[in-house]
Amino acid sequence: MSAPAPGIGLRWRVVPPAPGRARRLVDRNARAAAHYWWVPLSGLAEPVFYLLSIGIGIGKLVGGIEGPDHHVYRYAVYVAPALLAASAMNGAIYECTFNVYFKLEYAHVYDAVLATPLRAVDVARGEIITALLRGATYSTVFVVMMAALGDVTSGWAALAMPAALLIGFAFAAAAMAATTYMRGWTDFDLVNLVMLPMFLFSTTFYPLATYPRWLQIVVECTPLYHGVVLERSIALGLVGPALIGHAAYLLVMGLAGVALAGRRIRVLLLS
Amino acid sequence: MARVPALRATAYFVRTYARTWRASIMTTFVNPTLYLLAMGVGLGSFIDKSANHAVLGHLSYLQFVAPALAASAAATTAASESMFPVMGAIKWQKTYYAMLATPLRVGDVLAGHLIWIAARIATAVGSYLIVMAAFGATASFESIAILPVGLLTGTAFAAPLAAFAATQDTDGSFSLMFRLGVVPLFLFSGVFFPLSQLPVGLRVIAYVTPLWHGVDLCRRLATGTVTAPGLAGHLAYLVGVTAAGLLAARITYRRRLLV
Amino acid sequence: MISCVSPRTSGELTVLGLDPDRDGPRIRARLGVVPQEDNLDPELTVRENLYVYGRYFDIPKMALRERIEQLLGFAQLTERGGDRVEPLSGGMKRRLTIARSLVNEPDLLLLDEPTTGLDPQARHALWDRLYRLKAQGVTLVLTTHYMDEAEQLCDRLVVMDRGRIVAGGSPRQLIERHSTREVVELRFTPGETERMAEKVSDLADRVEILPDRLLLYTADGDAVVEALGRRRLEPLSVLARRSTLEDVFLQLTGRQLVD
Repeated sequence: MSAPAPGIGLRWRVVPPAPGRARRLVDRNARAAAHYWWVPLSGLAEPVFYLLSIGIGIGKLVGGIEGPDHHVYRYAVYVAPALLAASAMNGAIYECTFNVYFKLEYAHVYDAVLATPLRAVDVARGEIITALLRGATYSTVFVVMMAALGDVTSGWAALAMPAALLIGFAFAAAAMAATTYMRGWTDFDLVNLVMLPMFLFSTTFYPLATYPRWLQIVVECTPLYHGVVLERSIALGLVGPALIGHAAYLLVMGLAGVALAGRRIRVLLLS
Repeated sequence: MARVPALRATAYFVRTYARTWRASIMTTFVNPTLYLLAMGVGLGSFIDKSANHAVLGHLSYLQFVAPALAASAAATTAASESMFPVMGAIKWQKTYYAMLATPLRVGDVLAGHLIWIAARIATAVGSYLIVMAAFGATASFESIAILPVGLLTGTAFAAPLAAFAATQDTDGSFSLMFRLGVVPLFLFSGVFFPLSQLPVGLRVIAYVTPLWHGVDLCRRLATGTVTAPGLAGHLAYLVGVTAAGLLAARITYRRRLLV
Repeated sequence: MISCVSPRTSGELTVLGLDPDRDGPRIRARLGVVPQEDNLDPELTVRENLYVYGRYFDIPKMALRERIEQLLGFAQLTERGGDRVEPLSGGMKRRLTIARSLVNEPDLLLLDEPTTGLDPQARHALWDRLYRLKAQGVTLVLTTHYMDEAEQLCDRLVVMDRGRIVAGGSPRQLIERHSTREVVELRFTPGETERMAEKVSDLADRVEILPDRLLLYTADGDAVVEALGRRRLEPLSVLARRSTLEDVFLQLTGRQLVD
């Protein structure tokens, strides 16, 4: 057996690799996912379950509900876009907390990655992009399901998927930053402790006016609220300049998350 | 040191939990509060006003949903405590093997872990019960029996799922179990709306799953509408599933741990 | 620090003529790293581990495919290319880790305890592979606790004690400088060792008293053994051998356990 002969010229070895290194990690994730293809595939079933249980179950109990334009909507039409926003949040957080933590602490995937020209910030970006790609697939299926169940009332719904991506970006980046502070699996209980109230109270199931004023203010500060308003307005075709503010909130949150995560990962891996 | 060998295994889980109980005990109380507020009170305020409210009979939505949520909390606690942690004890931390290098036998290890899981389920149901009482969702004296019934609902999930987890090589199938098992059960076992709203085909499936039996029994206990045959039927079903799960777990644990 | 993932604590450091603080990626592009614990990607196959890793270096796909087949041959893993990493034996994983570190044809290869935990066959196979690399002109930087490994592979080595360099040179030089050519090990009945030490102290350059043995450092072992016979000293066992790096290491760093 002979030792590997030098075969591939020196060029690529000394030249620092081109930008887009994060993409290499995305490739890695795609290959890993290909071995467990049925796991992401099963994720597609989730929106179907939720939409059906609202449609044939809770929706029947509630009947109609007043939308932001004081028009009364069928309950499923009102709730479905909010569930899309919540599902974008859930997916992004799951990917960037549990999955990343597993790779960091158990599989030691990043230790090996950082011995190559990739930097910590490339790792953070790669994971966020992975989360977004997965999120894009899920939300597309979600929107198609909404349409199939007759929960879509406006052509603006075509923008629902891009909006879900923005929501995913904001939460993926924030989750990535949060993961760098985790001390163990039990800290993930805290993740749920943040996610559940947001899921339940961000006007997902009924309008903001249901709450006392002080709680309204709290809700208005949470990121998922802005995601829900964004998705609901788009799905109901109530598009106006106010949406820019909601989108800006999510964008700023995402960018801040990326910056913080990059810094934290560097500190963690270098110590 | 505990004289029953299985309790020595349980002691391990108690000890590791003792270091990290704060966040999880918060979750066990905060989750019920949030769910009862958001669904029972919040969504309830719309449903109770709605024209379709009649299907719930004389119950308010809070009364309808609260005991069912307690039962489903038992099921979800059981699911999350009996899949990843079992695999962890086999593969990641290898706790089971460390235990088996002592005089403990496979049966002790299994029983020890399940006792711990049962304790976690009981805590989850117990805290639900307390929060329910605070919300005034426990009208009848029999409500107290939700604790043992909820626990039994939980073990009807924990035992078979632990048996399943011990057969798995990777944890990929667990997220599948949650997405295609736990989530649909949660949504379609009569927790949030009466089963009569489901098409007949789905309704039959719901009757077969242990969660519906737990949900129905807990709801009847909370509202004081339990009947002797109903009680016997539900209990027999839940005990049966738990026992079958235990038998299966004994077999899969042996197969996995004795080589 | 050399692989630019830990900051410098103090002093000057250049790697391949570059500054690790500024040129991390550029340095790592020319570096191969074999960590003490294998950190292969458990979610990928053997071949994918090499492929994905190669892509981190931006190696073009075509060239990489060719390179991977060479490396699989080098690591004697061609038949296992499509298998998941987890079921591989310790030696196979180690060979794969080393093959992976070579994917970018590094100028400098960092190896941290490359053979710890391997059986003798696997160790020798690895040494053979590393020796070939050295012959090809790759610089190997090796940390090891096995002195025989250092002796086999190193042209130049430094002995570190508590983070400080206490000696440096080729294995031959170190032995000459810090030990004698040969060593005679004598074993006596326990308790007698101290008394015997006095009787033989004039036979060697230096006598080291251990709880169970006497070590006589000398240029000519056979002469010492003969002298022992003439004095009618009858140890339980006598072993005359050449000095090794282990003697040098123990001489320089002491016999106290360091944790």
